[in-house]
Amino acid sequence: MATGIKDKVAILGMGCSKFGERWDTGSDALMLEAFTEALGDAGIEKSEIGAAWFGSALDRINVGNSAIPLSTALRLEGIPVTRVENMCATGTEALRGAAYAVAAGVVDIALAIGVEKLKDTGYGGLPVMTKGTFNDLWMPYGSAPAGFAQLAAGYRARYGISKDDLKRSIGRVSWKSHQNGAKNPKAHLRKAVDMDTILNAPMIAEPLGVFDCCGVSDGAACAIVTTPEIARALGKHELVTIKAIQLSASAGREQGTGEWDGSYVQNTRNAAKAAYSEAGIKNPRRELSALEVHDCFSITELVTMEDLGVSEDGNAWRDVLDGVFDADGEIPCQIDGGLKCFGHPVGASGLRMVYEHYLQLNGRAGARQLKAPKLGLSHNLGGVPYNGVCAISIVGAEGA
Amino acid sequence: MPNPSGIGIKSFGAYVPPRRFSRKLIAEANRWAFPSPKSSPKGERSVCAWDEDVITMAVEAGRDCLRDADRDAVRGLTVASTSAPYADLSGAAIVAAALRLPRAARSREMSGSTRAGLSALIDSCAMAGAGDQLIVASEQRIAKPGSAQELQYGCAAAALLIGQGEDLVARFLGSETVSQPFFDHFRQSGSDFDYQWEDRWIRDEGVLKFVPETLAILSKRLGFEASEIAYFGHCGGSRGADALVARRLGIEPERVLPNLQDRVGDTGAAHPLLMLASALERAKPGDKIVIVSFAHGCEIVVFEKGDISGSGTRRGVEQSIANRIEETAYLKLLSFDRQVDLDWGMRAEVDNKTALTQLYRTADQSLGFVGGRCSACEAVQFPSLPTCVNCGAADTQRPYPLADEPAQIATFTADWLQYSPAPPLYMGLIQFDCGARILMEIVDVGPTGIDVGTPLKASFRIKERDRLRGFARYFWKASPAIAG
Repeated sequence: MATGIKDKVAILGMGCSKFGERWDTGSDALMLEAFTEALGDAGIEKSEIGAAWFGSALDRINVGNSAIPLSTALRLEGIPVTRVENMCATGTEALRGAAYAVAAGVVDIALAIGVEKLKDTGYGGLPVMTKGTFNDLWMPYGSAPAGFAQLAAGYRARYGISKDDLKRSIGRVSWKSHQNGAKNPKAHLRKAVDMDTILNAPMIAEPLGVFDCCGVSDGAACAIVTTPEIARALGKHELVTIKAIQLSASAGREQGTGEWDGSYVQNTRNAAKAAYSEAGIKNPRRELSALEVHDCFSITELVTMEDLGVSEDGNAWRDVLDGVFDADGEIPCQIDGGLKCFGHPVGASGLRMVYEHYLQLNGRAGARQLKAPKLGLSHNLGGVPYNGVCAISIVGAEGA
Repeated sequence: MPNPSGIGIKSFGAYVPPRRFSRKLIAEANRWAFPSPKSSPKGERSVCAWDEDVITMAVEAGRDCLRDADRDAVRGLTVASTSAPYADLSGAAIVAAALRLPRAARSREMSGSTRAGLSALIDSCAMAGAGDQLIVASEQRIAKPGSAQELQYGCAAAALLIGQGEDLVARFLGSETVSQPFFDHFRQSGSDFDYQWEDRWIRDEGVLKFVPETLAILSKRLGFEASEIAYFGHCGGSRGADALVARRLGIEPERVLPNLQDRVGDTGAAHPLLMLASALERAKPGDKIVIVSFAHGCEIVVFEKGDISGSGTRRGVEQSIANRIEETAYLKLLSFDRQVDLDWGMRAEVDNKTALTQLYRTADQSLGFVGGRCSACEAVQFPSLPTCVNCGAADTQRPYPLADEPAQIATFTADWLQYSPAPPLYMGLIQFDCGARILMEIVDVGPTGIDVGTPLKASFRIKERDRLRGFARYFWKASPAIAG
């Protein structure tokens, strides 16, 4: 009988590069920046790392496929290095691989690192991607915001919400993240914006305007994990441990049957249920201290609040307007600025979210430090709401 | 040719692309260079959207024609056009696949002259003894900016199902052809534009001589007088030639079919079939219909309206014309016709190479829009993959055509970020009444817009163009289900 990952793996150290338009920095240097911080934080030598998992999603504009770009960038000689890719859930996939290796007892210390270099495309937004020889014959190309904008149409239709009310609520999602991002020195977008600016921004994919879309950034994030016993032996106290890592991938039902009404993301519901079970969480709204969710677009964050069970179905849009997820709200969300303002270097984002929880749990979050956090949840969505993957990880104080 | 008994039209259909440009707008855009004509040209012309061409229009007209017909009985398909997109790739094979015609149905093209449409009809009547023949004449007429043809030309397709039987929409009485090296216009292979000679010569030396000559031969052979003609339709030659030649023949103006110039434009090889379809919508049993195609001489057919009218759900000519979206940007016309190359930015640089192996493996799905129904759980689905989307059972998919299934919008957006030659790109999850759910592009969104629940129908379109290799991918898109 599987017992899950809870408290079997401790985070020994973490690092995160500055996110943003890093015109003068390549992927290898971004990885080194995150890794150097993590290694210093862990207080170990590079040679003590037994295996590494490397996440990068878009290899054509990044460092290419395989594990070699990582082993070369960090000069990881003679250890197993694995590249993982699961769209925007890639960073969490890397952490999952490293954590499982430690939990399985095959290595003492493992490295998870994610990187993306999105600003080598020559234009804003994510690169245009084809979808494989068969899908290209029938599936419409559509931008990432167009995929997630389907949620707005579905949510509005299901709950009978006016276009204006929904626009105001998703605008408030972005407003809050800009407030938070302004306090984060590593964030890509560090400027608070007013609601009028958000609501009147140029349209990208109706009803999503420019400010409903996250930053497209360069960046890397990194975690070094080990067992709690080894962490203590290395002199670490008040450990941050992994409580759950769960994943769910679409099998075609949302996109290919009439079941899905467009108002939620089934993969999030699947992964959340499994993660809460693994972490032993009964009441997420009360038990979770902070959320880092996949706010690739404002509407995504809104429905995710319902999918994670922190808002009642049909009520997230009101909770948002009531400030429930603000920095001083009942359950702060995107305290680091989120994808919206910290930025979204695809392969790094899952690890960046855990990094923020790790800082908060260690009391090292500076101007945005929350009061006595115990459990933080990270949530990634890859692909589109009707055909994608969701990864959820929960970290917290050991024993919490 | 003689008039074999029992051969005629079993069904007909039409397609006029919904986009219309007023001639006044086109003339105004070019007035800086061409101040005359002093009076504004009247009416409007039809234009293909960027994702329409001879093949897509042929499919739409063919679908209209086959609505209530037995497509398994079709033994031959002819696509007639002077503007087919490929020099060596059978557009008819694509049309046949999209219409789900029997594999053994012979498909072919006819081209070389705007007479090709009527010639195909005459040929098909000769072949109808061997089984039903579907003819589609389809034309995307592109003209040089500022030219008279830019104002005059239009785009459309018309389809006829020719066969043998007692119950016919119209009986074929006969045809006559006169061939002459009379070149009122020409277009070199590989050229984009027609070269046109003087109108007055075309009218006086061409139309007014060849048409009476040819009709005289035909009427003498078949034994009818011009006074017996209920509907007279003339295509080709100079503007206004139809009224003039009718007067010369002693045919009263009320018996001259409207030439569709004011609402569609001159659709070349498609025009005779479009005029014939238009006549069939007006005629009563026993009416004689004469259609003239003037090009390199003259070709004339005579039909007699039968007792049946065919499908009650047909869109036909009038409904096609009624389904219109007025365009107001002249540059859009040039861009749709690929006469100006706007800078669409780097997002348009995606490589749309099509794996022809993959295209053939799944042509029933991408061209025929045939999904699957699971024999275990009955779920209808698209695409049809080795395992069922609903119950997961393997190898239970049975073909399920989706092209004519009603559908509506489940979710959607207007995407301004993704490259589209006609932004914004509308796309969303489309819910079919039969249960299938498909992510599709939505086109022909008019000024009234769309929302969750808007009824949709499927339209055969170009999905993407591979500009590097000169190849187009075709698939089905959803469009608001108004006017057929």
